[in-house]
Amino acid sequence: MAKTLFDKIWEKHIVKEIEGGPSVLYIDTHFIHEVTSPQAFKGLEKRGLPLFRPKQIVATADHNVPTLHQELPIKEELSRIQVQTLKDNCEKFGVELYGLGHPYQGIVHVIGPELGVTQPGSTYVCGDSHTSTHGAFGSIAFGIGTSEVEMVMATQCLLQSHPKLMRISVDGELHKGVTSKDIVLYVIAQISASGATGYAVEFAGSAIRSLSMEARMTICNMSIEMGARCGMIAPDEITFDYIKGREFAPKGEEWEKKLAFWKTLYSDDEATFDKEYHFKAEDIEPMITYGTNPGMGIGVSGQVPEFSTIDERDKPSFEKSIHYMGLHAGEKIKGHKVDYVFIGSCTNSRIEDLRQVAAFVKGKKKSDDVTVWIVPGSKQVEAQAKEEGIDKIFEEAGFQLRQPGCSACLGMNEDKIPAGKYCISTSNRNFEGRQGPNARTMLASPLTAAAAAITGVISDVRELF
Amino acid sequence: MGIIVNLEEDKKKAGAAKFQSERKIIQSAAVPIELENIDTDQIIPARFLKATTREGFGKNLFRDWRYENDDETKPVKDFALNNKIYSGKILVAGKNFGCGSSREHAAWAIKDYGFDAVVSSFFADIFKNNALNNFLLPVQVSEDFLQKLFDAIHKDTNAAIEINLEEQYIKIVATGDQESFDINQYKKTCLLNGFDDIDYLLNMREEIEAFEKNKV
Repeated sequence: MAKTLFDKIWEKHIVKEIEGGPSVLYIDTHFIHEVTSPQAFKGLEKRGLPLFRPKQIVATADHNVPTLHQELPIKEELSRIQVQTLKDNCEKFGVELYGLGHPYQGIVHVIGPELGVTQPGSTYVCGDSHTSTHGAFGSIAFGIGTSEVEMVMATQCLLQSHPKLMRISVDGELHKGVTSKDIVLYVIAQISASGATGYAVEFAGSAIRSLSMEARMTICNMSIEMGARCGMIAPDEITFDYIKGREFAPKGEEWEKKLAFWKTLYSDDEATFDKEYHFKAEDIEPMITYGTNPGMGIGVSGQVPEFSTIDERDKPSFEKSIHYMGLHAGEKIKGHKVDYVFIGSCTNSRIEDLRQVAAFVKGKKKSDDVTVWIVPGSKQVEAQAKEEGIDKIFEEAGFQLRQPGCSACLGMNEDKIPAGKYCISTSNRNFEGRQGPNARTMLASPLTAAAAAITGVISDVRELF
Repeated sequence: MGIIVNLEEDKKKAGAAKFQSERKIIQSAAVPIELENIDTDQIIPARFLKATTREGFGKNLFRDWRYENDDETKPVKDFALNNKIYSGKILVAGKNFGCGSSREHAAWAIKDYGFDAVVSSFFADIFKNNALNNFLLPVQVSEDFLQKLFDAIHKDTNAAIEINLEEQYIKIVATGDQESFDINQYKKTCLLNGFDDIDYLLNMREEIEAFEKNKV
């Protein structure tokens, strides 16, 4: 019988099906960080339980860490305690921690793939909704709450209902200056921030296939922003080439065995989905969000929707949203002032993102009125950027290259955008207050963010090459 | 208003460091937040996620909608949680409630504040699971019924809403308007009996070990 990519992996991980209920799903690897794990460890302690499979846990500190002077003790007391608690728990329970100071430290969804931990055909969870990132390798990967973190710690399993299945195909060739971030912002704008809720989404089509692994990760990363349980892309030669030789990638005979299995991971021709969408790559222009959910995106040449085009029921939310953003219905977005540019987060902080930005800004200077923060996704990305001289390019442009962490994506550390200020951000969420109380976030690709850094206003990067 | 019928707290479950409530029927007035896409960053902003315990999040529920400039002496008067005409154990909100971050702190905050159920026309997946794992009942209704609920609350801010988990319906007591809601039968059993998933999974460890041995 024809099967989807999702079902091929799902079926291999079902320990047991409960009649009329969810299935017991086996989790291959569990990523943990300092924010959503302490209560779970505490829960285990209260129950007097050890970790069931400590070797299948990968731990790092990312959400709370400062991005300057990581060699010094963390100033903010609660952050320091939380990061220390993770360290203590990892020691006590026997988990390998890539904490501050470790050459592998970084954003959990950046380090998993770069270490070769993330592989096709496996299941991954983390107490973080952007776990969907790992689906770019053709795996099932999704975010969970802390109670579920505790369940996986105790049993390496979760109770999960089979989601509905959706396929989103993007075919054709992207215009110059249009990136995978624009693809995903476009798709979310088309189907809405809840358009894929209840579904596992497979991204397919020639435009997706032609993307690098890092670009694919950006798309799967933001599948949660359309509500999806997870996002995934069938693995291919691009995937295998990316994994080969990485620290925890299979080696020798094991590699051949795994590769043979990975090559079976695609949706069969006759496989059916509960819902399908088709988009054309040619229709996509550089995107930017104007509102307070990731579905409120438009092309940079576009305008904030007119009030009359908004559905009656949606009007109060729309009005609140553009009021928060200090924008007007019908206003053109291009040329709007920008105060901060943040290039980072699990969506866009990988070496390719930094390379792309560096290639664009080389020889240019940032606008005097804009503060630019570049926060690499990991110590390895940071080291690579320095090796390639990218740090020098940023320095000359007036961009500040900081140290790895989640940073201004959610402003849990000191990296907050001041109230009322506009930030073009390569992160994933433009929610009210996400980057700091009353901060105004506009989501865009690294290229569009870099263009704004240079001009000081929202710009069409295609006019600046 | 705010009466919970049939509430039995089971504090005796051996080994479980929690106490669970058996809730068959919740009858209460409701607090309306007539907005869509309420994300978990609004429910509990990230700066409050630095705690290492599960307790005490209620005081920061909807923090940035509740207070001007983060100042507790300046409550935003129009916001439903600050408006004394609203009370009760049921939160009613627009579609796509709980979208965004997976932070279970959102469910903890709502529960800790004193709500036992959230009613919306659509819930984000992770939030729904987190709510169920904390014995906070997510009740998904049609857009039309949601509108009826808002209308009923506007007409009478004390309007009693009845949620019957056993029979799976939600009713506006004054008008008798009611709608049935879906819930996974396994989760329903858990809620009615105060079981949680971890108890179930812990009993399966032998099967899990056997599965691991056969796994390719």
